[in-house]
Formats: sequence, C-alpha cells, structure tokens
Amino acid sequence: MDTFFLITGMALVTFLIRYSLLPLSGRITFSQGTTRALGYVPPTVLTAIIVPAALLPDGHTLQFSFSNPYLVGALLTAVIGRLSKNLLVTIVGGMTAFVLWQWVLRAGWI
Amino acid sequence: MLLVIGKKSRPAGFLQYTNTVTLSLSSPLDYMDIKSKRTEFFNGARDTLPLVIGAIPFGIIFGTLSGGAGLSTAGTMGMSLFVFAGSAQFIAMGLVGAGTAWPLIVLTTFVVNFRHLLYTAALLPYLKRLPPGWQAVLAFGLTDETFAVAVGRYGCSDANPYKHWYQLGSMVFMYTNWNLCTAVGLAAGRMLTSIGRWGLDFAMVAAFIGMIIPYLKNRPTYFAVLVSGAAALLLHGLPHKLGLILATIAGIAAGIAADTLASRKTDAGKAKEI
Repeated sequence: MDTFFLITGMALVTFLIRYSLLPLSGRITFSQGTTRALGYVPPTVLTAIIVPAALLPDGHTLQFSFSNPYLVGALLTAVIGRLSKNLLVTIVGGMTAFVLWQWVLRAGWI
Repeated sequence: MLLVIGKKSRPAGFLQYTNTVTLSLSSPLDYMDIKSKRTEFFNGARDTLPLVIGAIPFGIIFGTLSGGAGLSTAGTMGMSLFVFAGSAQFIAMGLVGAGTAWPLIVLTTFVVNFRHLLYTAALLPYLKRLPPGWQAVLAFGLTDETFAVAVGRYGCSDANPYKHWYQLGSMVFMYTNWNLCTAVGLAAGRMLTSIGRWGLDFAMVAAFIGMIIPYLKNRPTYFAVLVSGAAALLLHGLPHKLGLILATIAGIAAGIAADTLASRKTDAGKAKEI
C-alpha cells in the first residue's frame, strides 16, 4: 500500500511541477530576479546530485584519489565534453573512460 | 542557448526540414500539414537520440537495482510509467532502500524535480496557445532531456505552427525507451547483480556532466556550480537528501552574488569612462 501512495504522490508532484504554470500563463509574469535565480537551478541541482556520487561512491567515505574510478571518470567526461561539444560523444566517451580506468586499476598498473 | 552540445547534429536536420517545406508547397494543404507534423515528430525523436542512448544504461540499472532496494516489480514499473523522472526515481529508490517514509520521499521528489518549473517557464511562450490536452501531455514528458532538445527547436526563427510535434517526438522516444529499459532491467535483475563492476551505474554521472556543460558559459555559473558541488559534499550527511536542497540554494545564491558583483564592476567601469 505504501508503494501505491509513494508512486501516486511522486507522479502528482512531478506532473504538477511540470504543468502548473501552463493554465496560469496569461496571469503570471516572473520578476527579473526570479528568472535569473531559476536560470541557475538546472546546473546547480545536477551538480549537487553528481558530486557526491563521484566523490563518495560508497555513500560515506570521501575518495579523493586516482583509485576512485568515479572521480577519474567524471573528470575525463568533463574534458571530453568540453572538447567535443557533442552530447553523444561525451556520454559514450565518458562511460568508456570509466570502464577503461576500472580495468587499469584492476590490472594493478596504478 | 542550451544546446551547444547538440549543435553538430542540428544543421543537417534543419536543412532537411527546410526542404520539406519548399517541396510540399505544391501539395494540397492537408497533406502538407500531415507531412510537416510527421517530419517534426521524427526530427524531434532523431535529435533526442544521444540522450536516449545515455538513458539506456540508466534505465536498465534502475530496473535492476530496484528489487534489492525493496521496490516491487509493479512499483518499479509504475514509477517509470507514471512518474517518468530519472534522477528522482533513482533517489527515491535509494530512500526506499534506506527505509524512508513515503511522504518524505514525495517531498524529496518535489525538491529534486523543482527545476522542471523552470523548463515550463521557459517554454510558456510556445505552449500557452496549445489546447489543455496537448499541454498536459507535453508537461508530463518534460524531462531534462526533452527540454534541452525542444528548446532549441522552439528557438528557431521559422514560423512553423507544428513545433510542438517535435517536442512530442522527443518525449515519446524518451518515454518508450525509459520504460523498455526499466523492463529489461527488471527481467535481467538477478543476472546482473555485479552491475557496479560493469560501470553502468556511472551512466547518470556522465549524462549529467554532458547536460551541465552547455550551461557553463560565464563566471557566475561556474561559481554557482562549484559552490553547489562543494556544499553537496559537505552537507551529504544530512538526512532525507536535505543536503541536495541546501546545496542548490547555496549554488543559486552564489551565482546571483557573483553576477551582481560582476555587473557592478562593469557599471563602475562605465562610470569612469564617462
């Protein structure tokens, strides 16, 4: 039963966020400050999600070293993204880099 | 403005699109309409392909790991079918695994997905003239990915009245793929227990980095992202993903502060010149 409430709640909340502005569209205008603040939302949320994922892969210990493939993979993905400016290349390249680095680690070269 | 990353694949698509319009001018009006809608739909799907590929491992892992976290098969599938929000689903799965009560998970979903309000706000000028049914369908599928692709199409200067079909094509492709991948992950479940070793769980990090990069165009945004990342790390221990909310707020505040400082400096510079 909890699962039912959980999914209904999540679905409602998500839909309402995505929909609610549409019926009001004629009556609302965002102030310049609000628009500016909203503009920072996507990159800051996405960053706040991935930084702990990359630096605390097990959920609690900070792993700031080359032996952490998530960190190395994230850095390489960022470099690939900057250079290629192509989303597909960034994602596929980043994942390849991550897998290769895991092999390097497992082979004991580092 | 968002799509520096997708730019390379664009020119071909728009060229093709222009051709279609020119060619169909001689056709009867209805036929031209249908053809234009269809072209928009398929172009939207095609331009979403890189993000669909990025979502494949993400969806499979979601299906695979959900059982271990304590979500039933129906619950896992239901989440992909009705919520349709990748990162929120992952976070919810983690919280279910940690035994968090459902109202708190719903609250976290609200926070994590609040960024989508910005997406609707940005698309308002284009979506407000559509009938409510269209609005509801497009809003349901307004993920990060579809927004990033659709905003580029709406921004094109041509006056095509069927640009919303492009967004529909993008969301239908994302939605179908997301649910298929969840199902594959569920089916593969026990076979893929060592999924962490495959590196599939890194897909979300790679996809999000790819989506952040186009935003990094000026110093205030860099600053906002740095502060948000550092805060997320420091506040990680807080319960119920509170750290995520606080880190985002800190990042936004940092960005605005940097932006204000920068514009003040420019103003001061201008004043001196005069």
